Amino acid sequence: MKDELKNGEEPVPGDAAARAPDGVPLSSFPLHPSSFQAKRARDPLWVRVLLTALALGFLTVLVVVPVIAVFAEALADGFGAYWEYLTDDPDTRHAVLVTLTVAPIAVCANIVFGVAAAWAIARFRFRGRTLLVTLIDVPFAVSPVVAGLMFVLLFGLQGFFGPWLRANGLQVLFTVPGLILATTFVTLPFVARELIPVMEAIGPDEELAALSLGANGRQIFWRITLPNIKWGLLYGVILCNARAMGEFGAVYVVSGRIAGETCTMPLQVEVLFQDFNSPAAFALASVLTMLAVVTLLLKVWVEGRVEKKKDDPQISQTNTD
Amino acid sequence: MSQSNPRVLPGYRLSISFTLFYLGVLVIVPLAACAITAAQLSWDQFRAAVWTDRARAAYALTFGTAFVAALLSSAIGLLVAWVLVRYEFPGKRLFDSLVDLPFALPTAVAGLVFSNLYVPNGWLGRFLVPLGFEGAYSRVAIVLVLVFIGFPFVVRTLQPVLESLDAEAEEAAALLGASRWQTFRRVIFPALLPGLLTGFALAFARGLGEYGSVVFVSGNMPFKTEIAAVLIVGRLEEGRPNSYREATAIACVLLAASFLMLILINRLERFAKKDEG
Repeated sequence: MKDELKNGEEPVPGDAAARAPDGVPLSSFPLHPSSFQAKRARDPLWVRVLLTALALGFLTVLVVVPVIAVFAEALADGFGAYWEYLTDDPDTRHAVLVTLTVAPIAVCANIVFGVAAAWAIARFRFRGRTLLVTLIDVPFAVSPVVAGLMFVLLFGLQGFFGPWLRANGLQVLFTVPGLILATTFVTLPFVARELIPVMEAIGPDEELAALSLGANGRQIFWRITLPNIKWGLLYGVILCNARAMGEFGAVYVVSGRIAGETCTMPLQVEVLFQDFNSPAAFALASVLTMLAVVTLLLKVWVEGRVEKKKDDPQISQTNTD
Repeated sequence: MSQSNPRVLPGYRLSISFTLFYLGVLVIVPLAACAITAAQLSWDQFRAAVWTDRARAAYALTFGTAFVAALLSSAIGLLVAWVLVRYEFPGKRLFDSLVDLPFALPTAVAGLVFSNLYVPNGWLGRFLVPLGFEGAYSRVAIVLVLVFIGFPFVVRTLQPVLESLDAEAEEAAALLGASRWQTFRRVIFPALLPGLLTGFALAFARGLGEYGSVVFVSGNMPFKTEIAAVLIVGRLEEGRPNSYREATAIACVLLAASFLMLILINRLERFAKKDEG
């Protein structure tokens, strides 16, 4: 503790230290061992109360009220009606099915890509590596509507592959494969972006050791790499899935919104809303909201696991950067 | 972190070729399709598509609302990050995880519920509309929903910076007689600035391209509340022979803006990292 006091005083000349009792209550110093506590104790009480109230007020108006409103609107006609809105409409049922088809396929494709890209980028040095990292970020930067438009330009009737596809009796636009393509594009960066820093932080030492002991590539991946990155991977998958299920703009453009065929859940919400069927729209929206809440819970759980790992001194050495 | 003997580990060729193939099919080819389609227009046609009165109004609205929303997001994000890092209060962990909700909530749901909250007989609109705050089917509505989507970016970029701030600098400032406000302005804020700018840029970039939520809340009236993304969809659905290309031309304007933001964000993040280390 004395050491810390000295550190704090170092830049202060002797006579200024004498002034300290006026400016800073010395009683705050005994709190010092954890410097966090001292920091927190600094702002006057009224500032702390005011700022906390403001921040929580904003969070409440922006986040809490909308979430409550979704469920309140969805359940406004009672639970029985809510259940009917969800299950009676065949188009709504089909939308759930489409989402449950599109999202897993897009997520799986991006898991494979994410692992491959992270392995290439975090384990090797090559020319154009930074460019490749930037390229992975492109889908985050592009507006979802523009993303959808690009696939229309490729596969639409006036598009580049449109005539060829038509001649062969194939269709991508306004079909589920088109939805999968657009969703995969939009969610492409999630897993890779999560894995690259994780793998770089862990470093190649364990894999090199395994290699020198005679392990082959497959053994290295399944026994060393995957166990090391599994939490980062899971984290990326959770975020990727949430976006895949909730994506609107990109699939809006490529789907044609044919009810009962190419509507995902978010698109069906819009269709119902346009039909002035607001209770049904809110019922379906409440399912998507529950999905978001589950995503958050999983996220908190994974973050808890990762933090526990960090407390483990052996691993924390490799994880801090 | 850097590797001393490169390419000792197996799988370089496999992973790099798969990565390039995947990015090629999903990112490069579509982008090229966009560029080629736009290039099929003559310069005059391109200008005519990109620079109509309606398109100009849409750009002004898109950039204007995204900018205002990013500013508000920065202010709210800074406040929320500060409170979450510095103060203790009951339910702190809950509120901390709630910040991520806009990332996880489908934008269509956000749009649906925001449009419903701020109409004259909505939960919030019934108090706000009489005060002259038109939070639905207006520009204000677009800004509102973009703040909802944008402020978590600011909170999440600022939180780690605030946590790693050097307590000693603040203590030194206090010992030298600085007031708390002076310490914030002269010591803390400059350290937060790179993170704040990054958060602002992320929120702005996201706001430029946002579609799902805006389409619900804005009313989409040409010249008034029609953003560029809505205009692109509108052009696409017109089905005239040249409407694809006109939509693409407008999309190119948005793409150019997005890429500028991407480069800027990369620079900012690198700058912030250098600052730390």
